[in-house]
Amino acid sequence: MDPVIYFDNNATTAVAPEVLEVMLPFLSDRYGNPSSMHRFGGLVRRQIDAARQQVAALLGAHPEEIYFTSCGSESDSMAVVGFTKVHKSRARIITSMVEHPAIRSLCHGLKAEGFELVEVGVSGAGLLDLALVSRLPLDPDTLLTFMWANNETGVLFPVEELAALAHDKGAVFHTDAVQAVGKIPTSVETSAIDMLSLSGHKLHAPKGVGALYVRKGTKLSPFLVGGHQEHGMRAGTENVASIVGLGKACELAMGNLTEENTRVRRLRDRLEAGLLATCAGAHLNGDPARRLPNTTNVSFEFIEGEGILLLLDEKGIAASSGSACTSGSLEPSHVMMAMGVPYTLAHSSVRFSLSRYTTDADVDAVLAAMPAIVTRLRSLSPYVKS
Amino acid sequence: MWEYTDKVRDHFLNPRNAGEIENPDGIGEVGNITCGDALRLTFKLDDQGRIKDAKFKTFGCGSAIASASALTELIKGKTLDEAAKLSNGDIAQYLDGLPREKMHCSVMGQEALEAAIVYYKSGGKKTAPPEKDGKVVCTCFNVTDKEIERAIRENKLKTVEDVTNFTKAGGGCGGCHEQIQEMLDKLNGAGTARPQPVARLTTLQKIDRIRDIIQTDIRPILANDGGACELVDVDGNEVTVRFKGHCNGCAFSNNTLVSVVEKKLREKVAENLVVKMV
Repeated sequence: MDPVIYFDNNATTAVAPEVLEVMLPFLSDRYGNPSSMHRFGGLVRRQIDAARQQVAALLGAHPEEIYFTSCGSESDSMAVVGFTKVHKSRARIITSMVEHPAIRSLCHGLKAEGFELVEVGVSGAGLLDLALVSRLPLDPDTLLTFMWANNETGVLFPVEELAALAHDKGAVFHTDAVQAVGKIPTSVETSAIDMLSLSGHKLHAPKGVGALYVRKGTKLSPFLVGGHQEHGMRAGTENVASIVGLGKACELAMGNLTEENTRVRRLRDRLEAGLLATCAGAHLNGDPARRLPNTTNVSFEFIEGEGILLLLDEKGIAASSGSACTSGSLEPSHVMMAMGVPYTLAHSSVRFSLSRYTTDADVDAVLAAMPAIVTRLRSLSPYVKS
Repeated sequence: MWEYTDKVRDHFLNPRNAGEIENPDGIGEVGNITCGDALRLTFKLDDQGRIKDAKFKTFGCGSAIASASALTELIKGKTLDEAAKLSNGDIAQYLDGLPREKMHCSVMGQEALEAAIVYYKSGGKKTAPPEKDGKVVCTCFNVTDKEIERAIRENKLKTVEDVTNFTKAGGGCGGCHEQIQEMLDKLNGAGTARPQPVARLTTLQKIDRIRDIIQTDIRPILANDGGACELVDVDGNEVTVRFKGHCNGCAFSNNTLVSVVEKKLREKVAENLVVKMV
């Protein structure tokens, strides 16, 4: 496989070399079970504890408030389902219309089971109107779950304000912060957030590990029942190597927050400005200011996203699209639909997501390729008059 | 990532006959931007009424572009009667196959051709393919009963998912799934999904099958109540089993014998089996 010019970091990221290095011993000679009585297991236990501290440090949490899971989706399920099990039929859920399927499908399923669900819409720029949420009745049986950053557009929700709003009424606030953690400051110390989901592979740890932050005192039912692991909240022998990797990745993320918001942001801005200036019919999706520093989502009028991705792929460039065709579904992204992006643009939304490994040369490669790709697909489009 | 064939990739990367014919004899426009793909086919006939040239413009994914490109290659040189026989399967076959979820791209090609022929034959008065005359079943993607019926018939479709893959019908809100299922039942003959009667078994096959069904179908049911059963003997149509665990000595074991063990074995092995316990 040729080297890839990688602009799909919101889908997954490369494992950082430093992360891989700390993981390897746990995939070879340090295979003890952290629950065992012997020292061979005990030394592994201590590494898990250390990883828990590293994750907690990035969030400003206490280590005992961190529960390791197998992925972001599991963290989301643990939070939302765990809440409904405690509050039973009284439980109601408030969320947004642009959540990741990990929350969206989960909530739709709970609605089908009979739980009350409110889905709040967004503006054309993908922003959430705080005043709308403040008018909803909230009580201690209400769970608000709002993503911190949108995976498709990078648009940020005011989760700190939402959490404060929830707390005023005694409601519980969860955020799916899978896309935000490691890219922007995400502190639970200075906010009233009760639960926060994160995923390892979005911040240069491997796939198959995630974590849920649960503020002390938040009532939650156990997710996986069995052994006593994770304080009995999530049974199962720990995925030690990945947990150790996640700890290291969080430590690295803390050190890289400044870079994400300076160098990576500048690269993203250059890429975005170039695309909008040189590609016919290009439109930016999402609010330009309230956004992750690494994401840009651009639509190209009258052409379709899969074609763009296939032609980029020919040049060794990896990106992704909200087009129906790329997902196997027949309708374009629910995020684009909720934002009211017209169909002429929704089918062609392309997301470029950068990371600290993205270089100026990578951006140059996309800027060199895209105008010709757009011109070529436009020449095939029945909607473009020649 | 879709697993496209080399042929699909080639026709996407190097589309044949892209563009538009000036003063065409036939124009076929199907799909629209809302639905996510659209195709505009134009052709010109020669003096003998054969398609001299055909061109396409497509809004859509890689396989939509490749299907349109294949369509133009397939119809060039054909009379309109010959071209009218072209099915969506011919387009897919020409491309060495399409992913199942993308078969609707080939159907779009077939419909564009039909629309263009209708256009020619009506002198430009009619522009829709005849299947569009039907009653709309899927309102999300504007698919009629006639389109669905033809797709089921020509492609031997068996499930609602198949129908969605080929026509897009049912791919939005899902409100028409029941209606599509009724059409499938009607066209395929209701009951095709029922298990087929088991062919006559030899003694050894019968014993093997009884053993399998006890293992895969009966034991899990009994295990729910902490019970189990094992095969003791098979003599002609008489099957002897022994209950174990909670089933052994349970007051309802005779009931279980008939309602679970005998019922399952009759359903899955042979209608005339009689089950006894020891």
